[in-house]
Amino acid sequence: MIVTEKNNTIVEIKNVYKCYHRESLIVPVLHDITFDIAEGEFLALMGPSGSGKTTLLNLLAGIDKVDEGTIRIGDVDITTLSETELAHWRANHVGFIFQFYNLIPVLKAIENVELPLHLTSLPKKERREHAEMALKMVGLAHRMDHYPGEMSGGEQQRVAIARAIVTDPTILVADEPTGDLDRVSAEEILSMLERLNAEMGKTIIMVTHDPRAAQRAKVLRHLDKGYLNDDDSQNPL
Amino acid sequence: MMILKILFRNAFHNKLRSSLTILGIAVAILAFGLLRTVISSWYSGVEAASTTRLVTRNAISIIFPLPISYQEKIRQIAGVKTVSYGNWFGGVYIEEKNFFPNFCVEPKTYFQLYPEFVLDPLQEKAFLADRKGFVTGRKLASRFGWKIGDKVTLKGTIYIGNWDFVLRAIYHGRDETVDETQFFFHWNYLNEVIKKRSPDWADKVGFYMTGISRPDIAPDVALAIDNAFKNSLAETLTETEKAFNQGFIAMSGAIVTAIQMISFVVIFIIMAVVANTMAMTTRERTGDYSIMKTLGFGAKDITILIFGESLVITATGCIIGIILTFPAAKAFGHSLANYFPVFLVSAKTIYYDIVAAFLIAVLAAIIPTRHAIRIRIADGLRRIG
Repeated sequence: MIVTEKNNTIVEIKNVYKCYHRESLIVPVLHDITFDIAEGEFLALMGPSGSGKTTLLNLLAGIDKVDEGTIRIGDVDITTLSETELAHWRANHVGFIFQFYNLIPVLKAIENVELPLHLTSLPKKERREHAEMALKMVGLAHRMDHYPGEMSGGEQQRVAIARAIVTDPTILVADEPTGDLDRVSAEEILSMLERLNAEMGKTIIMVTHDPRAAQRAKVLRHLDKGYLNDDDSQNPL
Repeated sequence: MMILKILFRNAFHNKLRSSLTILGIAVAILAFGLLRTVISSWYSGVEAASTTRLVTRNAISIIFPLPISYQEKIRQIAGVKTVSYGNWFGGVYIEEKNFFPNFCVEPKTYFQLYPEFVLDPLQEKAFLADRKGFVTGRKLASRFGWKIGDKVTLKGTIYIGNWDFVLRAIYHGRDETVDETQFFFHWNYLNEVIKKRSPDWADKVGFYMTGISRPDIAPDVALAIDNAFKNSLAETLTETEKAFNQGFIAMSGAIVTAIQMISFVVIFIIMAVVANTMAMTTRERTGDYSIMKTLGFGAKDITILIFGESLVITATGCIIGIILTFPAAKAFGHSLANYFPVFLVSAKTIYYDIVAAFLIAVLAAIIPTRHAIRIRIADGLRRIG
């Protein structure tokens, strides 16, 4: 188990169980998951398909609910929040990066990045400045006015990263962020995540199949058939 | 603001689908508008009827006449200002397809009762002075190219024979709701000829038109007229002009109901089309909505997006449909002038168009919105890729 000082812990997962209901069938997905994530950590969750890693990521990000157990992020036990409270919490505390970028196709790059800021009280001018700054950080200042359909996969993923960091969230969650990219673009994205972790101290939780991607994380966790394998917490890769 | 931006861009993102849906709505609104205009044209006579005019006819049926002698007795009833009378002539101009309504009337009083038929004073004077003179509406004169002084012959279908007339006056409507396709000539001309041909038919009128001083006394005056001729050989039935006209409409009630049903079917079909479009659109955008929910946007925002998109598409189609309704109604009215002398798109029809479009938009968006709101984010995101 990873050793972190209690006061550095940003994510606390305790005895989490989750199962899915398929008609009359109950399919267990996660069994008694317990571990902590330290602030400023770069954690990779690995495991075969169906091991429950995306489900665990969804629970940590507050887009799915546990059946049992608690998940505390910072000072908040997110398992006790209502849907509306969770939506508000996500807007303030989580940045999302997905395998298929999930940008809004009818919005330009700058508008996609600006989108989460519309849920804040920032005035228009500041929203635009923040979005421009985020796009500059991912090296896409010159692509601000392009639509997602006019950009490569790597560029779209960089826009997605800019959207994820623009609200300065507590944690960044990335679900197979390089899964749809060629090798060069994947390297760029991983370097970017590394930089965000190292230089800005962002806590990153990444689900990946790719050992090369996992190699870039500081901590590695393995899930297998819904169980956490605790033997390899420090990244041996 | 961003939500509105997404909403508008979403609405026209799939240009072909949106255009076809908008076209469908426009055609449906056009069809709906025209059908509603047909219905309102059907009722235009009722709408245009005056509340200070009473119609008296034979109590058995309108096809039975009343004696001309009733005129004086009606005039003496309290509240009566003017009494006029006339007959349906039923003449045909050249051939039957040229149908238009034609009446013989007591000319002086009749036009006093109908101030909405505006006559040039000199032409009116010429008409009153000429026993064979006739007055017609501007539209009818224009339809057959008649000019003042032209001789016109009608073939009688009730009063057999050829009847010659001279056009002495052309009236125009006080407003656009007035029928300008009627033909009036002197009752005396008809009566004099009948007196010679079949004296039993002479000195009879088909109806009396009575002008009263105030609308509120109409029931009392009507009752007084009918009481005056109770137990006579020709008992009367008096009613307001509106009720009289409504009686005629009631005879064709089934046709009006059928047109109404068709107009609602048109709306129902297009509602299904829009609902299908919205369902496809929402299914395609499930991922987008899930992303927005992931980012923290709520059910209210998703509802605005889907309902808004439905409204934008429907409103665009509705506006195009309404704009097209006016020239279409003009062309339609022109080609069916024989049947619908007043064929105008009313404000009420436009209001119905807007209400129908709004209902289409709202009903088409309900189920897709419910689906988009209820779907779990994790399930919605799974659909991407």
